[in-house]
Amino acid sequence: MSVMGELAAGSGEGEGRRGGWLRGLGNMREVGLLIIILVLCVAMSFASPYFLTWTNFRAMLLSFSIEGIVVVGMTVLLIVGAIDLSVGSVVCFAMVIGGYLFLAGFDPWTASLIAILASSGIGVLMALAVTRIGLHSFIVSLAFMVIVRGLCLAITGGTPLSLFALPPSFKFIGQGSIHGVPVVILIFLAVVLVFDILLRRATLFRRVFYTGSNERAAAYSGIRTDRVKFFCIVLCSTLAGLAGVIYMSRFGAATPTFGMGMELNIIAAAVIGGASLNGGSGTILGAILGMALLSVVSSSLILLDVSPYWQDTIRGLILFAAVAFDHLLHKHRQATGRKTS
Amino acid sequence: MSEPLALEVRGVSKAYGAIQALKDVDFNLRKGEIHALAGENGAGKSTLMNVVDGIVSPDSGEIRIRGEGVAITSPERAQALGIGFVHQEIALCGDVSVAENIFMAATNQRRAFFMNYRQLREKARGVLKSLGGIEPDRLVGDLTISEQQVVEIAKALTLDCSILILDEPTAALTEHESRKLFAIMARLKERGISIIYISHRMAEIFDNCDRVTVLRDGRHVSTDDIAAMTPDTVVRKMVGRELGNLYPQKNPQAADAPVLLEVEGLDDGARFRDVGFALRRGEILGVAGLMGAGRTEIALGICGLAPRAAGRVRLDGRDVTPASYAQSIANGIVYLSEDRKGSGVFLDMPIAANVSALDLDRVSTPYGFVDRSAEEAQAARLADSLRLRRGSLAAAVSTLSGGNQQKVAIAKMLSIGPKVIILDEPTRGVDVGAKVEIHRILRDLANNGTGIIVISSELPELIGLCDRAIVIHEGRIAGEVSGDGMTEDNLIRLASGLGTAPGGRHVGHG
Repeated sequence: MSVMGELAAGSGEGEGRRGGWLRGLGNMREVGLLIIILVLCVAMSFASPYFLTWTNFRAMLLSFSIEGIVVVGMTVLLIVGAIDLSVGSVVCFAMVIGGYLFLAGFDPWTASLIAILASSGIGVLMALAVTRIGLHSFIVSLAFMVIVRGLCLAITGGTPLSLFALPPSFKFIGQGSIHGVPVVILIFLAVVLVFDILLRRATLFRRVFYTGSNERAAAYSGIRTDRVKFFCIVLCSTLAGLAGVIYMSRFGAATPTFGMGMELNIIAAAVIGGASLNGGSGTILGAILGMALLSVVSSSLILLDVSPYWQDTIRGLILFAAVAFDHLLHKHRQATGRKTS
Repeated sequence: MSEPLALEVRGVSKAYGAIQALKDVDFNLRKGEIHALAGENGAGKSTLMNVVDGIVSPDSGEIRIRGEGVAITSPERAQALGIGFVHQEIALCGDVSVAENIFMAATNQRRAFFMNYRQLREKARGVLKSLGGIEPDRLVGDLTISEQQVVEIAKALTLDCSILILDEPTAALTEHESRKLFAIMARLKERGISIIYISHRMAEIFDNCDRVTVLRDGRHVSTDDIAAMTPDTVVRKMVGRELGNLYPQKNPQAADAPVLLEVEGLDDGARFRDVGFALRRGEILGVAGLMGAGRTEIALGICGLAPRAAGRVRLDGRDVTPASYAQSIANGIVYLSEDRKGSGVFLDMPIAANVSALDLDRVSTPYGFVDRSAEEAQAARLADSLRLRRGSLAAAVSTLSGGNQQKVAIAKMLSIGPKVIILDEPTRGVDVGAKVEIHRILRDLANNGTGIIVISSELPELIGLCDRAIVIHEGRIAGEVSGDGMTEDNLIRLASGLGTAPGGRHVGHG
């Protein structure tokens, strides 16, 4: 008993990380990311006079706000143990469908609603392939990434749709501000807040954690894991659709090549924020901080005049370092914190 | 001593951080003996064997093989020194043939660029033949667990091992298969191979081993000739305290109690046929049978976890045949899987979240939000009643020992206040102390009116724990035993399809 008792008692405080959503204690990942971001900000404020300005911060926030909505969906999807490579294409798809319908005479709100529903429809198709046929979400979403991108090009004939005729009330979503704060940022914060609370507390999202942690154990607990996965896949596509119509409002255009490679940035942010590709762990706050870190780094590299050719390499290295560090930390804990016999 | 010892371990210590896994441990193995290594989980058995196999490097101490001091720096080196280790968890590739699995290990032993596959195949065939004749060309994935175990042993023997370590080889075997394994061990012993045998099962140790070494809390407690020991003395040394009676008092009134659960004509058209039995209030009903006889499938069928073609389930006379497991949970009939880590618990999730997984509504507000204080209170109440040894309820289940993980899984079942619990191999892989506790918990539950069905491959457990047992043979109920009729002999006869056992009752349909 002695060895075991000590272990059970001694391992209490370090274990909050993976189960951190349950209790506030030990959100080590989030705190660590926040510290890194703050240190970077302080260092940058010395290196560049332009860094610590409201304009720069607003630009950084704006740059990841709309993508941040998709990150929320991706995080939920990673927690359930699936992945979606098609989000970049689906963002573009919503943009193109919305733009196409607007040009065809729909009012922009109806057009946007239909575009979001069409994105959910893409999610439904992928979810059916995953839950009914039993294919892996990686390969299904890889296929849909290409299919949907093809649709975007086919619908537009390969040329951007110009939407300068969008009414100001609709453009306000993507371009307006309330008391100096861009509406886009407000929408982003609202989405993050709602889903952060839901993910931490709602029974529905608890089932997402159960399913991602151990799908068989979840099934053996009476949870309909297929329904849970279905829901997560459709949710992610729907949020991508929402992001798409906000982009449409922001840019006043629908470009059929928009959002290429976006999925990688989004997955990287979620993983840096602590989401596991094996499912069962991840937080919205962590993913958003991951996104913020990538954005601060990008902004810093630009202000420091680093060649754009090197920026991807540096971002990739950060992703690698974050994941490797996390893995080693986890392994170290297992070696010291687990029973050995 | 005329002949040098096959293996001698002197003063080996190993610490992981603050935890002393091994402290100054001595161990010796004679040529051609079967030496049992006993101890509770966490006693250091696996660490000691990992040191011998070169997986773990000790902090201090020396190892001698056939009288010569050696440094075993890797499993590869151990292999070269003639040490074969058959791990508890089978490590074979399911997609390729038996022969190829055996070659896989051999590739690492040879320095030559080309392998002599024909020679290896012949050798593998020869070794497999001596072990009961598994065809080398069969796919490992098609073999039963016990056959896979034999392949693991064959792999070690093909590499000319002289010391064979078997880590709980019978954990996944049925009684019948275990006996085959023991016969193989006896033959290997005659050939002069020394065997280290790790097991929690006293009967096996006493039937097959020559000497027994007991470890406790990382220390060597004793090494004795089996002839000088009794199971009781060994268990006492392992636990370091009195366990009292190994099995709790049975309930003689259960035989006349009203029927709680009735299963009738349960059939899935393939793995089980026309299964019918009744469970009485306050009774622990055992389910015996060979592995693959359909015991687990029947349990899954009762709970709606697997499809049924026909059959009814009645609880207190009411038809509760479930369409899904969620429905079965709502009716109060729950199933605890035999595969604890694979489908019993959520290892990386907190204890509290594990306990509430069956019915979140119990710990939720009306708007579908989890009430964490209610969740923790529920977990704390059940954890205390099961005497779960734990730190924080927010700690992941993976930080607990096997026995305590199993208690979490049981707490999960109890959280819904079940009327019937079906437990599949409830004490597999848990140590003696936790096993006794789990048995007591089950008996307490039964005494409080919960119906308990225990599926087990361990005959002493069925006999010691259950009031009555039904025996499954090839998907059908072959018979039923109770009272004095509950003997290993009767259970084995029924399980192997040898018909009615004397003293047992043969049960027909329904």
